[in-house]
Amino acid sequence: MAKVRKGIEVSIAMADAVAQANVDVIAAYPITPQTHIVEHLAEIVANGELDAEFVPVDSEHSAMSVCCGSAAVGARTFTSTSSQGLALMAEIFIISAAMRLPIVMALANRSLSSPLSIWNDHTDTMLVRDAGWIHIFVENGQESYDNIFTAFRIAEDPEVMLPVAVNFDGFILTHMIEPIEYEDDETIAAYLPKFQMKNTLHPDHPVSMGCFGMPEIYTEAQMQRESAIRESYPVILKAWDEWGKLTGRHYRPVETYRTEDADYCIVTMGSYGETAMEVVDSLRQEGEKVGVVKIRLWRPFPNEEFCRAVLGKKSLVVLDRAISFGGPGGPVASELRSALYQKEGAPVIVNTVAGLAGRDVSRNDFRKIILEGKAKAQRGETEGFDLYGLRG
Amino acid sequence: MLEIRLHGRGGQGAVTSAELVAIAAINKGNFAQAFPSFGPERRGAPVVAFCRVDDKKINIRAKVYHPDVVIVLDPGLLTLIDPTEGMNENGILILNTKKAPGDIAALAGKSVRVVTVDANTIALEELGRPIVNTTMLGAFIRATGLIDIEDIREPLMERFGSKLGSRNMKALERAYNEVFIKE
Repeated sequence: MAKVRKGIEVSIAMADAVAQANVDVIAAYPITPQTHIVEHLAEIVANGELDAEFVPVDSEHSAMSVCCGSAAVGARTFTSTSSQGLALMAEIFIISAAMRLPIVMALANRSLSSPLSIWNDHTDTMLVRDAGWIHIFVENGQESYDNIFTAFRIAEDPEVMLPVAVNFDGFILTHMIEPIEYEDDETIAAYLPKFQMKNTLHPDHPVSMGCFGMPEIYTEAQMQRESAIRESYPVILKAWDEWGKLTGRHYRPVETYRTEDADYCIVTMGSYGETAMEVVDSLRQEGEKVGVVKIRLWRPFPNEEFCRAVLGKKSLVVLDRAISFGGPGGPVASELRSALYQKEGAPVIVNTVAGLAGRDVSRNDFRKIILEGKAKAQRGETEGFDLYGLRG
Repeated sequence: MLEIRLHGRGGQGAVTSAELVAIAAINKGNFAQAFPSFGPERRGAPVVAFCRVDDKKINIRAKVYHPDVVIVLDPGLLTLIDPTEGMNENGILILNTKKAPGDIAALAGKSVRVVTVDANTIALEELGRPIVNTTMLGAFIRATGLIDIEDIREPLMERFGSKLGSRNMKALERAYNEVFIKE
């Protein structure tokens, strides 16, 4: 693959990135809206363009089981799923992190049943928030392509050894054709060294993975996982930093747009960040001092960077794409409230849940969410959350 | 930024048309998006596809609500939908019909520029099937000037291969020449 800018579907570009990352094993089960990634990878392998095993499994549970086996022997391993598929693989998904297996997943975010829905929101990823995976959110095709490479680099770093999910919005990105700059294979090879795992499953050098753990060991094992994901933070920064130096495209755990002199900000995660920027541009022309804060790294949560970005602002309007049923607010807003609690200069938070199961959030909707959020903050109405556009 | 909405029926290639325009624009160094109205594909059911083209990066992740150009692939859809819905004033509406632009009763009084082309006949003669998605692009290129015929050639040939691609290009060129534009 040469360095080239092309108009291409984001799913195809992601599959091409996986091939450029020279993976050894792909195990996945097709599910809307992830299907094009898996289909294209099957084609690439069948055409002999990539020397890899494509394992056509019978379910997502099996897909993740195969991934665990292949990563455990030191093979660079990729999978992709969505929604119900993620729910079905949840058991092994959690184990893969506990076993410190550096699998990379393209997670095409989609709502969970029921009612059965194939459309986009973040309910699937929130289901596995606490599984111990590193979660990156991207907002366009270029970021989707780029972060396949950064994900492998992070996952396989000997200091990390954790699975990484690249979250990208189903349909909004998976089915979008837009310009994407491909890097050449030499650049990728220089960025992504050959995967060499210290402790692999091998008959000549027996190790145990995923053993039975008595109460005497479980607490310590959990703490090791906690330390591992916390300590992945500087490695993630370095992986993004080096990618930025190579390509000119820079990534940060928390990204800001026109926030320097902003009184208040809209906070988003995923592809909606782009519409938010567009709307903030037009609100700025009308004199609104508003900016955008985008959470790119969801786990490990970038506490300090987030606080640095927002302390001193009057209010935040936090847009969630999922409901935490019976909880204090949407999952993102709850996290941010917790991060800011008892901090000096902390803005108040107004939480809106919108865009569930693909219900479109237009520029006009964004405008309303931002301006109504600001007004609610001024009135002190900062409890719970609003469900935007709720009928009846 | 130019925003385009395409109306067709599942299987008629509305999404492909949007893709070809976007890829042609991107190949020229512009920015573009092409995307379907997301959902399960059902052959024969009314479907919508969208396209945006701009000379700078596009930052909108929502449907097109106020199109500058609307393309209707299937004449039968005019009894089911209002193709002018949300259209900007002086927007361009491109229809597949034998009629002249002034003779479309359903559009009387609408302030849009109507462009018509008998794409069914052209597609039947050139492709042997009434699949008009590429044919309609000829009318689109002529009516908007957004891209040139030569810009669409490469993505179209890549998409359809040399034999089918050449026939589609011929249909597209005929539509470009045979379009009715009401001045």
